Amino acid sequence: MIEARNLTKRYGETTAVSDLSFSVQPGIVTGFLGPNGSGKSTTMRLILGLDAPDSGDVTVNGKHYAIYPAPLHEVGALLEARSIHTGRSAYNHLLTLAQTHGIPRRRVNELIELVGLESVAGKRVGQFSLGMGQRLGIAAALLGDPDVVILDEPVNGLDPDGIRWVRDLLKTLAADGRTVFLSSHLMSEMSLTADHLIVIGRGRLIADASVEEFIRRHSKNMVRVRSPHADAIATDVARTGVTVTALGPGLLEIEGLTAEDVGELAAKNRYVLHELMQQRVTLEEAFMDLTQGELEFTSHADLEAAA
Amino acid sequence: MTASVGALPRIPHTGRVTQARLLLSEWTKLRSVRSTVWSLLVAVVFTIGLSALVPAVRMHHLRPGQHIDNPLELTLAGVQMAQLAVGVLGVLVISAEYSTGMIRATMTAAPRRLPVLWAKAAVYGATVFALMVPSAFIAFFIAHSILQPHGQAVAFGAAGVVRALIGAGLYLTVIGVFGLGLGAIVRNTAGGIALFAGIMFVLPPLMNVLPTSWNNAASPYLPLQAGERILQLQGGTLSPWQGFGILCCYAVAAIAAAAVLLKRRDV
Repeated sequence: MIEARNLTKRYGETTAVSDLSFSVQPGIVTGFLGPNGSGKSTTMRLILGLDAPDSGDVTVNGKHYAIYPAPLHEVGALLEARSIHTGRSAYNHLLTLAQTHGIPRRRVNELIELVGLESVAGKRVGQFSLGMGQRLGIAAALLGDPDVVILDEPVNGLDPDGIRWVRDLLKTLAADGRTVFLSSHLMSEMSLTADHLIVIGRGRLIADASVEEFIRRHSKNMVRVRSPHADAIATDVARTGVTVTALGPGLLEIEGLTAEDVGELAAKNRYVLHELMQQRVTLEEAFMDLTQGELEFTSHADLEAAA
Repeated sequence: MTASVGALPRIPHTGRVTQARLLLSEWTKLRSVRSTVWSLLVAVVFTIGLSALVPAVRMHHLRPGQHIDNPLELTLAGVQMAQLAVGVLGVLVISAEYSTGMIRATMTAAPRRLPVLWAKAAVYGATVFALMVPSAFIAFFIAHSILQPHGQAVAFGAAGVVRALIGAGLYLTVIGVFGLGLGAIVRNTAGGIALFAGIMFVLPPLMNVLPTSWNNAASPYLPLQAGERILQLQGGTLSPWQGFGILCCYAVAAIAAAAVLLKRRDV
């Protein structure tokens, strides 16, 4: 269990994390979502005591990380920027970490096998692909058999096979009763892996809900209409206060009405419809919607498209 | 290379981080990267190699009836090169952890931080000492065999010789720890090496811009001049051990500053 209370962290003029409170429960996979630069990595560094918060507090299983006499048994972490000396072999990297806690060498071999790096364990990490580096980082995180697992963007650089492997691994860890906290900027990945979501933007909490609840709360009635009378339909429905977006000639997207609403309106006014489709809001879209105003960097073209 | 997901085997949570375990971990770190092997090889090869080369060249150019007054200086000429290698590696031992991001893994495993700094300094210092004391003795006997036929050798039993040879190992050890402290302060390889080389090799000639009386008063207390007293058989404002003590003060100050910063700064 991880508990953050009113965490705030500033770097000079930039506020990376602002008054952030949340808790991460054991036994489930909790996704930590936010656009790049939204403060996810900073929050993880604060949890691990690598950075000190300007105000607020964060504990792991009720205590500050730094006071644990054997922290690798409590928390295993994979941090975003690879935290591995590139001149050292994978085996020796894990060995140096294991030795700090008196963890035996056979555990190192066990982890190398678990993540599938047997054939390259003696190679220098600098020669590793991004995916191999991620696997090594995951092995390091699991070395101490921790009750809490924190992974920053674990699927970055993995091939589809590797992504599925990580997904299964995380679910297995959660099923063991461990606390699993992973960050990503990819909503689609989260919808497949996470049970619970904590969403942040610009260092602030935007949402803290189960995945189903999140979708339910953020799904909207959205209907796509293709019609030779698109202009007339647009004028009619705009009067009722819903949002209409012209996607192309004769193609509309109407937000706030159901397909039934639009069908009845068309029948009443004798508009011809070539296509009428209820759009299901994906998690990705709900996330984009939610963080639109919170993006640190939005390209000018995006702003114009949104206008 | 896909592994099917087996459950993660559980292990007993009995281990805890101790200073002894950090020493072992830091020893593994030190011996498992190439920069260590290369830097220390340079230090040993130059210390031993120049003890043959420098006296041989000097004897070749010896005029009849001439007597050299600094045979030990010829013998330990390689220490000049070794101190650069040892100091640079000292910087690297810590700065490479910052440049690669390894420091985050290190400080996550040992979040109290300071024991890591003590372990690094102790392991690196002990390694340098263990390598360089024998190197200095080998250098002496090689140089001795070259100088002896010309009647220019200083006897092993002569006053100060053993002190100077062990002193060469001590000097390089403290120089290495000083470099490590500087590397921990600036947390950057290029910056650390520049700072080390600046203090050791640029500052001494720069003292010449000072008025002569100031220069004469201050120069003996610089790390290089003070520290090298322990390698010398004669001369100097400070006694060999006084000079060495002053060098130790520089190293302790660098490590102390690094410790304060390590505790206060974000990793």
